[in-house]
Amino acid sequence: MKWTNTKRILRSGFVSFWRNSFVSIASILVMTVTLFVVGSLVFVGALLNSTLDQLEDKVDINVYFTVEADEGNILSLKKSIEVLPEVREVEYISRDEALLRFRERHSDDQLTLQALDELEENPLGASLSIRAKETSQYEGIANFLQEQEDATPQGKTSIIEKINFFQNKIAIDRLTKIINSAERFGTLVIIFLALASVAITFNTIRLAIYTAKDEISVMKLVGASNTYIQNPFVVEGLLYGIAAGIITLVLFYPITLSLGSVTEGFFSNINIFEYYLNNFGQIFVIIMGTGILLGAVSSYLAVRRYLKIQ
Amino acid sequence: MIYFDRVSKIYNGGPAALDNISLTIEPNEFVSIVGHSGAGKTTLLKMLLAEDKPTDGAVFFESSNISELQKESLNDLRRRMGMVFQDFRLLPHKTVYENIAFAMEAAGRTDEEIEADVPYVLDLVDLGEKMWNFPHELSGGEKQRVAIARAIVNQPDIVIADEPTGNLDPLNTFEIVQILKKINDLGTTVILTTHNKGVIDSLNKRVITLDAGRVVRDDKSGKYVL
Repeated sequence: MKWTNTKRILRSGFVSFWRNSFVSIASILVMTVTLFVVGSLVFVGALLNSTLDQLEDKVDINVYFTVEADEGNILSLKKSIEVLPEVREVEYISRDEALLRFRERHSDDQLTLQALDELEENPLGASLSIRAKETSQYEGIANFLQEQEDATPQGKTSIIEKINFFQNKIAIDRLTKIINSAERFGTLVIIFLALASVAITFNTIRLAIYTAKDEISVMKLVGASNTYIQNPFVVEGLLYGIAAGIITLVLFYPITLSLGSVTEGFFSNINIFEYYLNNFGQIFVIIMGTGILLGAVSSYLAVRRYLKIQ
Repeated sequence: MIYFDRVSKIYNGGPAALDNISLTIEPNEFVSIVGHSGAGKTTLLKMLLAEDKPTDGAVFFESSNISELQKESLNDLRRRMGMVFQDFRLLPHKTVYENIAFAMEAAGRTDEEIEADVPYVLDLVDLGEKMWNFPHELSGGEKQRVAIARAIVNQPDIVIADEPTGNLDPLNTFEIVQILKKINDLGTTVILTTHNKGVIDSLNKRVITLDAGRVVRDDKSGKYVL
């Protein structure tokens, strides 16, 4: 009997989904918009994250050493920095490397290059470029370096010429703040948009079921149990969700395809189309899951209202 | 079979819709309830169907007090009563066949029973050919016949018809009454409310007359007197 009932409920849900095609289409369209918003949030989140990552990546501390500094000392300092838990990576730029990069950077500037050629000796010192795991951790690293410098024995000149963190401190602090508030603001907007679209979908389905209010009372009078009345509507809501989910996923293909190159040039180096393809499994689950859950729960709650009437 | 024990119903402190009504309906009876609009006919039926609870008194179906029934037994009770309404109340998105099948499904009948009984009961009301039509494709009289078929398909103990001929022309009215009579002849109790004098006078069965929520007449083989 249980199986017979399940079969009847499924069939009734499918049939009524098909026959109330106008209501079904309207509900699916509204739900598609909702799922589209949800999907867009995933993409915007990805773009924002990768842009922030890129920005953070640009932040580093450079320790410039004096020209006379011994390479062995520099490398041992590098080792001691690398063991710090906050440090992601330390890059050593030797004096020759620094000169090479300088020439490259000024390859258009003949005057500077000539001036450089006039000098007999390489005027550039070696440097260490340090990246932290989080932008907020740079201060700690800078303090560590400062201590190293202060610990230089009396009479000896420090091998460190300059630590650029203290010059860049304001910029780094500000960037840290911007990143933090961008993340917080982004999360708030996401929650707000998601809530708004969920409310709209819920209302649409409630209206669709409102039209079936009389039918529900007839079913009760014929002696149908609450679950037997309710479940076909839940099946119908589920179908709305699945249909809207498929439409949304299909729509995202041409949209991300056309936006892919734009996003790649404008934000960092993330291609939204490749992101869509690479994370399709995850996005599929998010969109379909949201659709199915939204459809089923909305229908369930909406019918329940009318079932309370005896 | 059905027993109203000093039943009163008052809506929101207004005048009594039902005022201390006591009456008994025996098995196999054909009872007509007549009265002006607002006399309490529909309220009386609502008490019987447990759509509403009496303010005072109790309604019994056999030995059970209807207003004290739990949800499950209420559904069972409703499956033992077939309902026919003035506005037909068919499910608009289901075919004639499905409308009747739904009542059987709700009662937990098997697919085999449904496949056998639905055509049978539709033949009984002479609608075998319209089995796959939707309600909006039927005339008023046909819709009402579907409603009657739905009401009797689960072989109920009672059929309750609330002004079933209110929206029908004389010919269809006559046919519907003939069907109800046939149902009664086959052993089912019928409770009918109506405004139609001709129907009552032609039936020559028990008539209960309501006025302002009270029973003013109860005649064994009555006429329409108001």
